[in-house]
Amino acid sequence: MNNELIVTSSPHVRSQDSVDKIMWSVVLALLPAVFAAVYFFNARAISVILAAVAGAVLTEYIFQKVRNKKITINDGSAVVTGLLLALTLPPSIPLWTSFFGSVVAIGLGKQVFGGIGHNPFNPALVGRAFLTASYPVLMTTWTVDGVSTATPLSQMKMDGIATDTWRLFVGQIGGSLGETSALALLLGFAYLLYKGYVNWRIPLSMIGTVFLGIFVFGSDPIFHIFGGGLMIGALYMATDMVSSPTTKSGRWIFGIGAGFLVVVIRLWGGYPEGVMYSILLMNTAVPLIDRYTRPRSLGEVK
Amino acid sequence: MKALTFKQGIHPEYNKDLTKDKPLKNAKRPEEVIIPLKQHIGAPLKVLVKKGEQVDLGQKIADGDSFVCAPIHASVSGTVKEIRKVTDPGGNIVDAVVIESADEDSLNSGLEKHKNLDKLDADEIRKIIREAGIVGMGGAMFPTHVKVSIPDDKDVDYVILNGAECEPYLTVDHRVMVERPQSIIFGLKALMKAADAPKGIIGIEDNKKEAIASMQDACKGDENIEVKAVETKYPQGGEKMLIEALIGREVPAGGLPLDIGVVVNNTSTAAAVADAIRDGKPLYERSISITGRGINNPQNLIYRIGTNIGELIEQAGGLKDNAAKVITGGPMMGAAQKNLNIPAVKGTSGILVMLKDEVEEFEPSPCINCAKCVDACPMFLMPTQLVNYQKNDMIDEMEDWQIMSCIECGSCSFVCPAKIPLVHYLRLGKAQVMAKKREEN
Repeated sequence: MNNELIVTSSPHVRSQDSVDKIMWSVVLALLPAVFAAVYFFNARAISVILAAVAGAVLTEYIFQKVRNKKITINDGSAVVTGLLLALTLPPSIPLWTSFFGSVVAIGLGKQVFGGIGHNPFNPALVGRAFLTASYPVLMTTWTVDGVSTATPLSQMKMDGIATDTWRLFVGQIGGSLGETSALALLLGFAYLLYKGYVNWRIPLSMIGTVFLGIFVFGSDPIFHIFGGGLMIGALYMATDMVSSPTTKSGRWIFGIGAGFLVVVIRLWGGYPEGVMYSILLMNTAVPLIDRYTRPRSLGEVK
Repeated sequence: MKALTFKQGIHPEYNKDLTKDKPLKNAKRPEEVIIPLKQHIGAPLKVLVKKGEQVDLGQKIADGDSFVCAPIHASVSGTVKEIRKVTDPGGNIVDAVVIESADEDSLNSGLEKHKNLDKLDADEIRKIIREAGIVGMGGAMFPTHVKVSIPDDKDVDYVILNGAECEPYLTVDHRVMVERPQSIIFGLKALMKAADAPKGIIGIEDNKKEAIASMQDACKGDENIEVKAVETKYPQGGEKMLIEALIGREVPAGGLPLDIGVVVNNTSTAAAVADAIRDGKPLYERSISITGRGINNPQNLIYRIGTNIGELIEQAGGLKDNAAKVITGGPMMGAAQKNLNIPAVKGTSGILVMLKDEVEEFEPSPCINCAKCVDACPMFLMPTQLVNYQKNDMIDEMEDWQIMSCIECGSCSFVCPAKIPLVHYLRLGKAQVMAKKREEN
């Protein structure tokens, strides 16, 4: 008996949380947005999502196989990336484009840096940035109920047409698969908050900054909050654990910075959107933010 | 009454029901005790007995000249069988005196008995505490007389008794508070007198209602002693956390509670102080929780220092067949033992046995920057960042980022979803920083 005793260093009990649980909870949290996508954009939404998820998981598998690393496609992180990317794509996008975007997201956005935990940028946004630069037409063709339309933000920017607020909130508008229904996104976010798997400082400060900035410069802030990718970006992409700050004050800075960039791009930039580049730009600042926002330790005289 | 607390921390499962209602009872008197000669933080001791010598219960068997040390006493009457090296529960190889028990004990400690504190001054109290070999019984084993030796330039406002017992499973302090509240209050008054402190506070986690009631009852009428409930949260019993919770003061980094006018002692230590002063009884026995699902009949026992932990486990019904891990202390900070042939010492407050299916072995995965450790650390450190520095041997950075403030409570490892043994790396990092400091001096 005695020589079979297990010896490890303390602590000898651990919490029940795990990386897998966190990632699969994010998948679960995104399901309302997936259902909304299917409701507003029909079954085609499913194919786009499946193509993206398949691309992400397959790329993760191939990279790990080739590099002789442990295969971790079951941890759910690649599924999250594929799902998030798909939700930022237009419903009419060809399936191969969706698939290819995910290959780039996981390949260039995550695995080249060493896989989970090592990516400086949100992988889904890397994939989306790649598609936006490479296939600008495919990425800006919007349809609702089979009819071509424009997103509320570009209607506003190009033609000065505003959209009804309630339609904005529930998602009956032109736009990417998952970004249109703020309601569905908020439902999932509430679940993650309840589980303690997401922080609220980044989305609150990011959305708050956009609200204030747009308001101060004379546009309709409600419209800007619900009319584009801000909700999905602030709730699910800016909060990506790997590529956001670890300190509380750092999270405020990150959110305010990203929100500020959204305002600048949307009001004075060439794009109607701006969430994607705002988050990617702030991702680059994370190591610096963490470095300068270390909290004062108990009893420390700074 | 709203429970006081510190910021951050964690909520592990407490599992105190296994033993919290089991009254303390005397363990069987051992046939042989193996008494390690280093059971304190400080200078080593010189052994005072020889092989073959007859010793009495409570007789001093080792002592030192240094200020920071605590003598050690025979825990049975008997014959010194040998003096040899043993491994103590902390994994250190130390000299130990092996005593074969005689048929009967006769107490002969040389300590006088004092009914009350009236005729004793601070120096005399300190001397009794020292001669009785009393050390911090929460586990740190720091000599108690040193804690209440107050330098001329310092004033003490509070003596705080730590009855938080925040380690899951353990219920010794709880039982001592329930069963011996008068001794604890007596000990507290002695410590207050020694430290010249006007006020005493007893901090108890609010999951120990019975202990709170018992202590409140015992100090009725004492206007300068207060019992305060603190929130049930780990590591509430950490010295710095308890001070923060009770009086809102921060112990300066690298400093002592004394620097902010506070002395903290464990409740069981206070009871030992009372035993020494009133009964002339040095610290040769203490209480322990023998608990966990891997134990057949969990118990709270009073055992003689130097009793083999295997023997104590037998008295709690022995190990279950699928017992897999034996820990001295609690699950958060205790040490896993590789065999049961280890003597229990002054700081051993628990033996926890976990079953095979409770002992999860983890393969750590990469850090995902979730910051759960940053949000849990009661010292407001950034464990994940410090571990990155440690893995790259960045010693100066570790020091700058306050690694020496780490209290090794294990909250970071507990919450980590990637199952990274963060506190293990932090211990390594602290050792590196200390080694570098030694080199510089």
